[in-house]
Parts: sequence; structure tokens; C-alpha cells
Amino acid sequence: MVLALPADVRAADAMVPVPYRVVGRAQETGDTVTLSLEPVEQPIATPAPGQFNMLYAFGVGEVPISISGIDAGHRVRHTVRAVGAVSQALCAAEAGAMVGVRGPFGTDWGVDSAAGGDVIVIAGGIGLAPLRPVVHELLHNRRRFRRVTVLVGARSPEEIVFRGEVASWQASARITVRTTVDYATAAWKGEVGVVPTLIERVTIDPEVTTVMICGPEVMLRFTAAEVLGRGVAAERVRVSMERNVQCGVGRCGHCQLGPVLICLNGPVFPWSRVGPLVARREL
Amino acid sequence: MVPAAPTDYHPVVLDRPGLQALIDVLVTDGRRVIGPTVRDGAVVYDEITQIGELPAGWADDQGPGRYRLRRRDDDLLFGYAVGPDSWKRFLFPPVSTTWQAEVSRDGVEVAPPAEVPRYAFLGVRACELAAIAVQDRVLVQTNYPDRDYAARRGEALFIAVNCSSPATTCFCPSMGSGPRVGSGHDLALTEIPDAAGSRFLVEIGSERGAAVAARLATRDAAPADREAAAAVWSGAAAAIGRALPADGLKDVLLHNLEHPRWDTVAARCLACANCTMVCPTCFCADFREAGSLSPDHAEQHRTWASCFAVDHSQLHGGSMRWTTRSRYRQWMTHKLATWFDQFGTSGCVGCGRCIAWCPVGIDITEEVSAIRATDGLTRLPAGATP
Repeated sequence: MVLALPADVRAADAMVPVPYRVVGRAQETGDTVTLSLEPVEQPIATPAPGQFNMLYAFGVGEVPISISGIDAGHRVRHTVRAVGAVSQALCAAEAGAMVGVRGPFGTDWGVDSAAGGDVIVIAGGIGLAPLRPVVHELLHNRRRFRRVTVLVGARSPEEIVFRGEVASWQASARITVRTTVDYATAAWKGEVGVVPTLIERVTIDPEVTTVMICGPEVMLRFTAAEVLGRGVAAERVRVSMERNVQCGVGRCGHCQLGPVLICLNGPVFPWSRVGPLVARREL
Repeated sequence: MVPAAPTDYHPVVLDRPGLQALIDVLVTDGRRVIGPTVRDGAVVYDEITQIGELPAGWADDQGPGRYRLRRRDDDLLFGYAVGPDSWKRFLFPPVSTTWQAEVSRDGVEVAPPAEVPRYAFLGVRACELAAIAVQDRVLVQTNYPDRDYAARRGEALFIAVNCSSPATTCFCPSMGSGPRVGSGHDLALTEIPDAAGSRFLVEIGSERGAAVAARLATRDAAPADREAAAAVWSGAAAAIGRALPADGLKDVLLHNLEHPRWDTVAARCLACANCTMVCPTCFCADFREAGSLSPDHAEQHRTWASCFAVDHSQLHGGSMRWTTRSRYRQWMTHKLATWFDQFGTSGCVGCGRCIAWCPVGIDITEEVSAIRATDGLTRLPAGATP
């Protein structure tokens, strides 16, 4: 039987990593590093905020990592927390080292669709990484949006990523920034408590508000519940999901969550789509 | 997919020497002919060059958790149903190299993809053609096609053989995938018992198939040949007793995710992954670095994976499905329900392999029936959050 192949099947395989070089490395926290990457030759397509790349440490392996910076000249940034063999190897990469990049994959935050209204960005821990390009876009086109609020939570002050930048957003007064930690130190000037507790202090105009949330899944559930309780429609509450992603292109089967494949249908979903799925234990 | 058999091809008849000639023609064309053969007490698929390697006179007795070869009263070459192998072994090998590269300080040299074998598959069942069509949907008809699968699949020639002796585990009619070959074949053979052992009615399904058939010593099918073939088809259909009614199946399963039956089946399930290994549509795979002693060489392998493995859903922090209950539920609801959401088709073709090769004899059709019979039953108190 003859198989009708898509026209581009003989084109570059989406599984082959594209060589990038580490051109910058910043230690964010004790276990988290931001790498700036530039293509050795051909760049990948320009990502949209919210998408992810598969990052490959040569000889070690590959992991999905959200894109924390989309810079000029095909430079991309990835903020990596060292939790396994591959992420440890990536975090250890020094300037000049080569890594492989595949992508960009998945859905984005749809920042444009929030134009004209209010935006609330809510991040827990390293969940700020895929939201950092959103904040950049909101700041860059500040007039296209009404109130912009950024809520940042972390376990402790030392575990807030992009600390200097968060402070500069706060200082600029162009957007409202609130921070909270679970465990404060004597020098801490922000709030103490989990992220959802910040929401009651935010003015929400539910009809025109878009909410974008990224953090641990338990934080997504409680935060989404809080903003839904304030009248924001589930379609306007977007979350970025995490699952085991090995191919990024819908072929490995590891990232299934019921009917959806996180890599293709996500990682960014409206809560109306994934809320019922994450509520189901062990789906 | 090409349309079904063009109507201007007439069936022809091939005798046993003609079947050998068919294999010879395919080998001459540079194809590796893969067909059924007996090894280790099972009908498996392997490279063959002689019809003497076919499982002449063997049948397979199958039931939940049971597969045994048995001598037939006759000498049919294709008188079995299906064994543990599927053509997935050749189109989507258990281990394959995704890519390999030489790495230096200055860059990365990715090796061109390896040449794929040109296969001819002999003895493909209707349910197996359906399974290949399912894998086409998953692996090729996407925005990110699997290059290796597409190349193997595109090169392969499919010589189907209609099922004459279905097993008690078969339920292809429920899935609309058999037992008679309808589409997807280049040639479809029906084995007709006769004094010489058997002869074959050959239906032509494609131009490629017609070109091969034209090089063989065949004769036009006589009415007696057609009647004998029709008797094989109807006999096979009549021999299938198992069913998995498909009506409303997706909704029934997705509305019963907290049904107590999942606990019952989990108490038996060993999470051994046999069902996923023998399944002709299961496509889950690990994409992993292949260890290399050379610091300059990097290579990634794709290896069959199973949703029954606890690390299939592993994230930093743990597995998303830590109980066998949730993993069996994932497997069955994916096959019969969410596969439609993801790929627009069922993931089950009714071949029955998962029933026969389950070491404890879990029967997917029985599990579905149990849930249907007690639709809406829940292990949780009403109103509790799962």
C-alpha cells in the first residue's frame, strides 16, 4: 500500500538537535542557572513567550525547558534548575560550551489576546521563567494593556529567580509587582505566605482580566481557584503545565494528560481545558 | 492511503509453486521478505526465502493468558490467527537510532539517516493492516512525521493473507478491522485448501501489486475458486465469537474513571507491559541518549516504552501514575477513548494479542463489559473530590 507522505517528511527531522553555544551564564539561585544561547550556524525559529525547547547536553541527554528570554540576534535564554542528570549537566555548562536545541514547541501565552485589558501574571518559584518573556512584552508594549500585575512567590527570598530584574520592575512603577515567600529572613520586605494569598490584595475587573499562571501543579490549582472565585472566566485563566516530555512532537506518549498531549496541545492551556484534568488524581 | 482495489483488476489464482515464485520475485527485486515462521513454540515474523519456512499445518489455540501451537488436520500455510509479533517490529523497531553525530569544539556533524530496508510483508492480516493505518496516523500524518517509520513504511510491499482460522481472542469485527482484508494491501491472498495442500485466490489492491502479480504464472479465477474463497471469508467471520461493542464506548469509559472495576483489575494486573509490547498500535517510546565511550560521538535511540512502567510519567518529584490502577486505566482509556481525541481514530484493532499474552489473562473486552454493566458505579462517596 502506498503511503501519502506530508510534503516535508524528507525535510530536517524535528528530532535532530541544532547546535547552540553558551554565551552567558548567570547563577539565579543555589541550584538554578540561566544560560544565554546563540546558534553556531542556523538558528531555530523565533519562539513565542510560553513555548519550550528541548535542550540537549551532548553525551548526557535531553530535557524540555521553557524559554525564559527571547533576545535580539537569535539569542535565547533558558533557566534551568539542576534536579537530574541532564539538568545538572546543563547547569554546569560554561560559556563557550555547546548544547543542542530543538524547538520551539508547544502553545504560547497568547499575550496579544490580552491587549486592551488587565493582565495578572502569577509565578511560583522557577515558574517565573516562561513568564519572564511575557513581562518583557507587557513592559515593551505597556500602553496596549491596562493594569498589569505581577505576583511572584518562592519558598525563601534566596529562591526568587531573576531577583534583580524583579526588583527593577518593582522600582519602575510601570507595573504592580508583589512578592511573597513561604519562609522569610530578617531582611525580607515582601509578604509571607503562599502565592494565592496575594490575590486578595489585587483589584480584579473580571470581565477584562487575563491571568497567566506558572508554578508547581498544586500552586496552579489553588491559584486558579482563587482567581475563578473572583469572577474571572476559566477561558481567561491560562496555566503552563509540566509532564514527562521526551520528544516534544507528540510521538513519545509520555506527556499524556487524558485527551491532551502536553507537548502539542500545551504547555499553555486555558484552565477551562486542563482544570478538570488536573483535578483527576493520577490521570 | 490509496483507494481500495481498483475494479479493473480481476482476481487470479496462484498455486503453491507460484507462492514460492512470488517470494523469489520479491527477493530478486531486492526486498527482504518477512513472513510467518515457527520458532520457540509460536508463529513469529522473520525473514524467509522458502515456502518451507512457513508454518505449514500449524494452528494457534488462544485464550486469556494462553497461546499454544497445535497441529492442524490439514496442511494450510496460513492456518493460524496472529502470534506475539506484529509488523510494528519492522516498521517501528524495538530499538532504533534517531540520529547520530560527531561532536567537536567547532560544531556538530550529524550523520545522514541510515538507509532503510526494503521490505515485503507476507501474511499480513486485515487487523494488522488496520493497525498500520493507525500507526500512520500517529507517526506520519502529523506536523512532525517520524522519518524512519515513514521511510520503512513507504518502501514496504504488503501481501495480505485473509484470516481463515481466527482465535477465540479475536474481536476484529467489533473494531471494523476484519477479518476480511478491505484496503491497504498491494495483494490480498485467500488460502483455499485443496488436494495439493492449498492454492491462493489473489486480489490485487494496487498498481504495485498488479505489477508483481503480472510476473507470476497465474490463471484467472474460476467461479469455483471464488466460491471457495468466499467460504473461507464467511467461515472466518462466523468463527469469531468475542465482541467489544464500540457504541458509546468512549463516553462510557471517560464517565467511569472512578469505577471500582479499575481496582479489581489492578489487583490482578502485574504491570508487566506485555499487552503494550504485543499491541500492534502502541507507539510509546523512550528517546534516550545511547551511551558511548567516545567523547566525540553522540547518538539518540528510540526504544519501545510502556505506560505500565512507573517511570513512564516520571517528573522531578515523582511519578504521575504511581498505582497500577491508574496505569491500567491510562492504557485502556487511551486505547479506546482518548486516542480519538489525539489521533481521530481508535487505538484498538481487535487482534486480541493483549488478551492472549497477558500472563494473568486480563481480557479487555471483559473489563469493558464489566464497566458497562455497572455504568456510573464509583469507588468514592458521592460528592467527594477524587
